[in-house]
Amino acid sequence: MSANNDKCVLVVGGGIGGMSAAIEAAEAGQHAVIVEATPSLGGRVASMHRYFPKLCPPVCGLEINYRRIKSNPKIEVLTDATLTRLEGKAGDYQATVTIQARRVNDRCTACGDCIEPCPVERDDSYNYGIGKTKAIYLPMKLAYPMRFAIDPEACPGSSCGKCLPACKFDAIELDMPTKERTFDVSCVVWATGWKPYDATRIENLGFGKYKNVVTNVMFERLAALDGPNKGKLLRPSDGKEAKRVVFVQCAGSRDEDHLPYCSTVCCTASLKHACYVREAYPDSKVEIFYIDLRVAGTAEDFLARVQADQGVSFNKGKVGQILENPDTGDLTVVAEDIAGTSKTKRVEADLVVLATGLVPELASVQLPLAMTKDEHGFVVSNRPDGLMAVGCARAPSDVVRTVQDATAAAARAMQLGARR
Amino acid sequence: MDKCGFFLCTGCGIDDVVDAKKLLGIAKKEGKAAFTVSHPKLCDPQGLQVIRDAMEKEGLDAVVLGACSQREMTSVFKFDGTFVDRVALREFVAWSCGGDDDEDKQMMAEDYVRMGCVRAQKAKKSEPVIMEEVTRAILVVGGGVAGMSAALEAAAAGYDVTLVEKTDALGGLMAGWHKRIPSGGDWSKAQDNDVSTLIEAVKNEPRINVCTATEVASISGAPGQYEVTLRGKSAAQVKIGAIVVAVGGKTYDADKLGELGFGKSANVITSAQLEQMAKEGKLVRPSDGKPIESVAFIQCAGSRDEKHLAYCSVYCCPTTLKQAGYLRQANPKTRTYVLYKDMRCQGLMENYYRQTQSEGTIFIKTQIQQVDASNGMVKVRADDLLSGVELDLEVDVVVLATGVEPLTKEAEILNLTYRLGKELPVRDYGFPNSHFICFPYETQRTGIYAAGIVRQPMDSRAAINDGAGAALKAMQCVEAAAAGVAVHPRSMDITYPDFFLQRCTQCKRCTEECPFGTLDEDEKGTPKPNPTRCRRCGICMGACPERIISFANYSVDMVGSMIKSIEVPDEDEEKPRVLALVCENDALPGLDMAAQLRLKVSPWVRFVPLRCLGSMNLQWVNDALIKGFDGVMLIGCKFGDDYQCHFIKGSELCSVRLEKIQETLTRLMLEPERIKLVQFEMGDAANLPGIINSFVEATEKLGPNPNKGF
Repeated sequence: MSANNDKCVLVVGGGIGGMSAAIEAAEAGQHAVIVEATPSLGGRVASMHRYFPKLCPPVCGLEINYRRIKSNPKIEVLTDATLTRLEGKAGDYQATVTIQARRVNDRCTACGDCIEPCPVERDDSYNYGIGKTKAIYLPMKLAYPMRFAIDPEACPGSSCGKCLPACKFDAIELDMPTKERTFDVSCVVWATGWKPYDATRIENLGFGKYKNVVTNVMFERLAALDGPNKGKLLRPSDGKEAKRVVFVQCAGSRDEDHLPYCSTVCCTASLKHACYVREAYPDSKVEIFYIDLRVAGTAEDFLARVQADQGVSFNKGKVGQILENPDTGDLTVVAEDIAGTSKTKRVEADLVVLATGLVPELASVQLPLAMTKDEHGFVVSNRPDGLMAVGCARAPSDVVRTVQDATAAAARAMQLGARR
Repeated sequence: MDKCGFFLCTGCGIDDVVDAKKLLGIAKKEGKAAFTVSHPKLCDPQGLQVIRDAMEKEGLDAVVLGACSQREMTSVFKFDGTFVDRVALREFVAWSCGGDDDEDKQMMAEDYVRMGCVRAQKAKKSEPVIMEEVTRAILVVGGGVAGMSAALEAAAAGYDVTLVEKTDALGGLMAGWHKRIPSGGDWSKAQDNDVSTLIEAVKNEPRINVCTATEVASISGAPGQYEVTLRGKSAAQVKIGAIVVAVGGKTYDADKLGELGFGKSANVITSAQLEQMAKEGKLVRPSDGKPIESVAFIQCAGSRDEKHLAYCSVYCCPTTLKQAGYLRQANPKTRTYVLYKDMRCQGLMENYYRQTQSEGTIFIKTQIQQVDASNGMVKVRADDLLSGVELDLEVDVVVLATGVEPLTKEAEILNLTYRLGKELPVRDYGFPNSHFICFPYETQRTGIYAAGIVRQPMDSRAAINDGAGAALKAMQCVEAAAAGVAVHPRSMDITYPDFFLQRCTQCKRCTEECPFGTLDEDEKGTPKPNPTRCRRCGICMGACPERIISFANYSVDMVGSMIKSIEVPDEDEEKPRVLALVCENDALPGLDMAAQLRLKVSPWVRFVPLRCLGSMNLQWVNDALIKGFDGVMLIGCKFGDDYQCHFIKGSELCSVRLEKIQETLTRLMLEPERIKLVQFEMGDAANLPGIINSFVEATEKLGPNPNKGF
């Protein structure tokens, strides 16, 4: 019954799903290794301002999970790392993990002395490209590990080297090599999550063309206190307060030309966003255009609460077009208003938020032969040979569902560990 | 601890604001440190060697580091078998101490050094509570798909399982269904109901003891050592380690849906009845056995409706798609209408919706006005919310898509012999669900985990997965019990509160306030500890007026002594002091995040991290006020309906306790505004210094605490 101590559970992805799978497995006695491609754990949820429907901050749960990781010697975390080779059979795999050069080693104390001398800027990926950081940067305020990283695309390397003398801890290694590590693995959990659908492809909605058309994930950053506007809901074109906000549901979702499926989370997420606007400006006006309001389960209470707010109106209908007044940056949303009138409805807006759907990160990743994906990139095979997918790698999922899934995967990991 | 060393790190800007030599002197003289040294970077290999060398040479059993926050460099500053404490000179002093006066910063650093040393002196070595006998068997209550899944997963991992089912057959709600909604593949067609395969697997698994027609009569004990009494066909006494509750739900009582015609005609049926008809191959009009040529499905029948079930039951929309399929397959000419509020076919289920639309089923967003079921045909009058016209439909059969209610709403399921009640505490609508987005399996009864529809409305595929998740939590809890460590959120914590019962006055506050029902009572009302139910939050310690509950490394005396070690300058020095007791789960990381931003906090504030604000003992506030602190802040998590406290009620209990401080304030002639509890959300970290600073300002306006110097 005791865990198999030689082999570990390899978890690909260090977002909420991957962290949960690794922690739950480790707290049940398994060794777990998290392989995270970016410089920090946290994943998509780390850039969310709040969770629906409770409107609580995701960093709160992240902190607890970090703490569980710190206190558990059975968990190893590798960042900047990808699984590059997997050989063997169920219960007995050899995994090769490639660790990209972070160029900052584990002596870094996150003191920040390197920021000032760094002469190069990069787009702030944490803020979905809104705003800049230096080429040497702290991935986020609640990073794990709490260490800086250097963006290899932006940093000129040793030809510059201005950060080197600023670091008192010899933590910067501009010539750090790529490393490889191998692990004996009993099973693999893909918790690789999702990325937002590329909104520039939805041409009629003007994203990428009009500054004040943003996506739902960007809106999270606009609302966040540690975001580019320090939590003030200002529109990108001129920094004006965004008081008239239109939400376009199913932007590229439930649409044969884009994503034919429903991304599950966008409706409830937009309700949450409506709350951000209404909290920020009591005289604000929110309009939501939707096909169906898919707010499942007891989150219905949340829908009822938002519907009761006079400042939020709901229109069943698809948005056909968004127009911009080039002088003011104001937007006009043209939508079919199916409910009631069947006429076209035009709404003026300071800011339009596209509720874009989610695309599995695995869509463009090659998986072991035993695993199969559907046409969209979601894993459909049912844990063959201890190769499992959880959360948005398997189906569009919210956080609760993802963690349930991850915990279930930990149960199965336990069986593979125990079998030997 | 007996022999403490103090190690000062002067890196990361600490050297710029403190007088290192003086700090070492304070540690030696006032902190009674047996050894002191400073180093420019303690966390690097040389620095660590300095610590290790001193530990060995001096025989230190405690190490206090004046360095970065206890949250950082955790794997570096780990010295097994030695008590390690850190005072955050970097975050609290170097990075966020406001003001321009170096003396103030030095005084702040000195206070933190004093506190760290006192803490080390007062701490004792922690030993885990290891039980002699731990039962690893899992009890699963409920034999539906969630329960069967939990049982199979636990058995496959090597755990013995007792599966208790109240009725005389396994299968639960699923056993009544003809087919299943899609759960994979191309998501375009119904799947065979494979519940019988699951039932066979359970019956053939030697580790699972299936007890049908059996109920739980009582459960006493704690994780790893439950004594469970079963009644009914398999009446027995069993020893159990942890429990999964998967009793499921029942479909909403359609007798309450007379307004939708139920009970008025045999041709108004529920979706469950339609499943039964499909299963029996009798898809005909119930009143006269004629073929069904037309059918209207009324979605959200008694759901999303304040008068009935206010919530959405998740599976009804896809179930209707499936049932429209039954009817059209039986007779492709059948006209099928679906009258809905919102078609909730989330994720890839959207494909099934599209498929059903393309097969000819007509979906209309409506508000139902009337269902007239007086004769053979059923007339449905509804407002078509899209065209705006009134819709009159005459159909052979109306199917009410009814929702589901958790069985925990009314029934007695577990019959726990706990001081705090017989069942799992429930949340909205009777679901014993977790209230944490990140931690869906969090439970208020350690070792007892809900799964499936009893926890939240969900479809069968999700319930099967949920059963697996709950099984993992149960297995994990058993392993934690065996190892003597806490489960989430203080996972791996080996400390456990010690009760000095000779001085107990049987006031029962500890037993009543523990959010996890840890403590039972004997006949006299003396608490009976159950270590494996405990989460180590310290709420009992905060509640105890006799101060007889202590952890080896956390006690009323220890924190009280830390507070007393802070120097409070005389009134004429015009250096006020504010004590801030902060939750280490959210407020402390919030302070660290604010420090990362270099946001400044008043130099008058001294932070003391607590395990949870619920562990706040009023003695500390008393001590602080008597000592002359000008104000006391308590920073914890949001409470109320949407509580964020990881120990459910900690911050709220703290606020209740504070109401009792009034007497002290009156006696000391102090204003009530000198004490403030702040409900902090971690996303607001950047606002925290501002909140603290305005309290300090308000306190300064009140003038100094007149008790200084007494």
